[in-house]
Amino acid sequence: MQLQYVLDNFMSLFIGGLVFGSLYALVALGYTMVYGVLQLINFAHSEVFMFGTFATVWALYLIGADATTTGLALVGSLAFAMVIAMIISGGVALLLERVAYRPLLKRGAPRLVALISAIGASFVLSEIMGLRGPIMAALGLDDEFDRYVASSRENVGMPLDRTPTVQFEILGHGVTNRDIIIVVSAVLMMVLVDQFVRRTRIGRGIRAVAQDPETSSLMGVNSTRVIQVTFLIGGLLAGAAATLYMLQVGITRYNAGFLLGVKAFTAAVLGGIGNLRGALLGGLVLGVAENLGAGLFGSEWREVVAFAVLVLVLLFRPTGLLGESLGKARA
Amino acid sequence: MSRSTTNWRTAGLLAAAGIALAACGTTGGGTEGEGTDDGEGGGDCVGVIAYIGPLTGPSANLGINIVNGSNLALEQFQEANPDCDVTLEEFDSQGDPAAASPLVSEIVGNADIIGVVGPTFSGETAATGDVFAEAGLVTVSPSATNPDLALNGWDTFHRVIGNDATQAPAVASYLTGTANAEGVFVVDDSSEYGAGLGAGVVESLGDLVVGTESIQVGQTDMGPVVTAVNASGADSLYFAGYYAEASVLANQLRSGGWEGLFMSGDGTLDPAFVEAAGGAAEGAVLTCPCAPADEEFAAAYEASAGQAPGTYSTEGFDATNVLLQGILDGNTDRPSLLEWVNSYDAEGITKHITFDETGEVADVVVYQYPVEGGEIQVGVPIEQ
Repeated sequence: MQLQYVLDNFMSLFIGGLVFGSLYALVALGYTMVYGVLQLINFAHSEVFMFGTFATVWALYLIGADATTTGLALVGSLAFAMVIAMIISGGVALLLERVAYRPLLKRGAPRLVALISAIGASFVLSEIMGLRGPIMAALGLDDEFDRYVASSRENVGMPLDRTPTVQFEILGHGVTNRDIIIVVSAVLMMVLVDQFVRRTRIGRGIRAVAQDPETSSLMGVNSTRVIQVTFLIGGLLAGAAATLYMLQVGITRYNAGFLLGVKAFTAAVLGGIGNLRGALLGGLVLGVAENLGAGLFGSEWREVVAFAVLVLVLLFRPTGLLGESLGKARA
Repeated sequence: MSRSTTNWRTAGLLAAAGIALAACGTTGGGTEGEGTDDGEGGGDCVGVIAYIGPLTGPSANLGINIVNGSNLALEQFQEANPDCDVTLEEFDSQGDPAAASPLVSEIVGNADIIGVVGPTFSGETAATGDVFAEAGLVTVSPSATNPDLALNGWDTFHRVIGNDATQAPAVASYLTGTANAEGVFVVDDSSEYGAGLGAGVVESLGDLVVGTESIQVGQTDMGPVVTAVNASGADSLYFAGYYAEASVLANQLRSGGWEGLFMSGDGTLDPAFVEAAGGAAEGAVLTCPCAPADEEFAAAYEASAGQAPGTYSTEGFDATNVLLQGILDGNTDRPSLLEWVNSYDAEGITKHITFDETGEVADVVVYQYPVEGGEIQVGVPIEQ
């Protein structure tokens, strides 16, 4: 127990937790929306995120951004990378829905089968990324794309200079521009999605399918389209989270999605799976709790604290903090 | 109740023992049969050497460095002794103790294999040492550096590299002597290797240590560690772990505003560290009991493997050579080759090689490799 240390560095740990928590929240939204509509845990969502991290790096390679890029060019390259990452992640999510889920659901397969399919798809996606070098070599393209596929199983770093600058201080801890960018853009995107689901026509369709798929299709809702849109939104947000993650962490690997995926899924359950606002709350609570826990007991206790918090919350609120499903969300 | 449980347990144990005995019987018979075949078929200079360690997976680079060194040793051996028929079989453990165990059973069960180069990492060595010792199959590791490994009483265990206990004092004398550090933060990765090395460094530095943290292998968010390092006021940091996490840590320390000296050990001594950490690796100093390659070796290695030698390439070469010389000397079964290695005494390319009773190599030098201009420079011995 290092209470004095935690008190002295509270803001630093707290803000670090908020930053990671908002990344968890963005990814958690993908889990929670798919669960809300299909009652299916999309375990391959972590790989959708992982593809986004690589798309971010590749987009920066493509436009030749490097450590010397500064100012407006830096902001522009990051924005470009985020758009590309969102497109790639969205595309992977759609592909996943088309290949791994739709054929199963169409034939009325049990949810358990779809779950196994999800786990399988997760391995396939991760290994494709880990084997991209040999795959390109087999196609004879490895020389052309050397920078993109070299040492496929190693860490790949962000080519930019990501050193943040302190903008202002809270209780002696400097808040950097990077912290602000990550937290603000994550929260903003989540608010947008929340409003989209609550206010638009497609959003109403999503809620209808979540409540009762059969009745809603009798009422003329195209449930295939709704499911597609749900996967797409989850993918787009995972792509955005991937760029923000690369801004914060700076390094990715073919299996980088796994741990973050587990955390994001935990955040979704913590907030109440199927609940959009719950995903945001769950992500932030999880991020802050594990950072403070790491400060209090040492880094090696980080995961223990995170999951102890989950168990405690579920003991008292079995449906999570906000515990309301997507279908029951008020318009 | 408890009594009947005990009875069941006894019965279970008996059954297990029976199965084990039966299994032993089968294996023993097989071994004898194949041994006779070899005696009739080949000449005096015949044998199979196994390599076990990572060839794929997150730590593949180190294993590939070793296996390329081994292959070079074998090529040179075959050129010099065309009558000999020695082959190298590669077993890919991915550096994972759980994956190594079944492979080791396979190696031990193959009577043709009379010597082993490896295992590569301390974790897999600890997990499999008993099996090798029981089978009397000699192992020469180029890279497993956890000090405790030599204390298990395994007669078969040898390493051609100084252990972490020798690395730690060298780290301390570099930090105090050359770097003039006033406060050192020590981070380990909770692995068999990292925890051992980290504890050694903490002990050698004594009062200079201003804080310690443990991370997990595969961790990507080092936020709490960065906070702790910044809060501790440390001017130097030593990371005991492998390059995958080292690059993440260095990267986040730098972008978290920490400007001290980043040091790490042999697990980080790999170009992949510099590649992934980018600018954050600049100025880092990596320590290693492994010797840099001289020009002659580097040229031969490059011609053979198609890439420049890396960490443990020279040790891989030396470890393999110890076994090859034994086979050349006519030690073509497991007991005689083990005997040969135990009494080995000759010059290698990294150091003079002779082992003490526990399997430790007698001659140990620790080198420091600075990272400058985006590349790991040639190592310099640390004076102690």
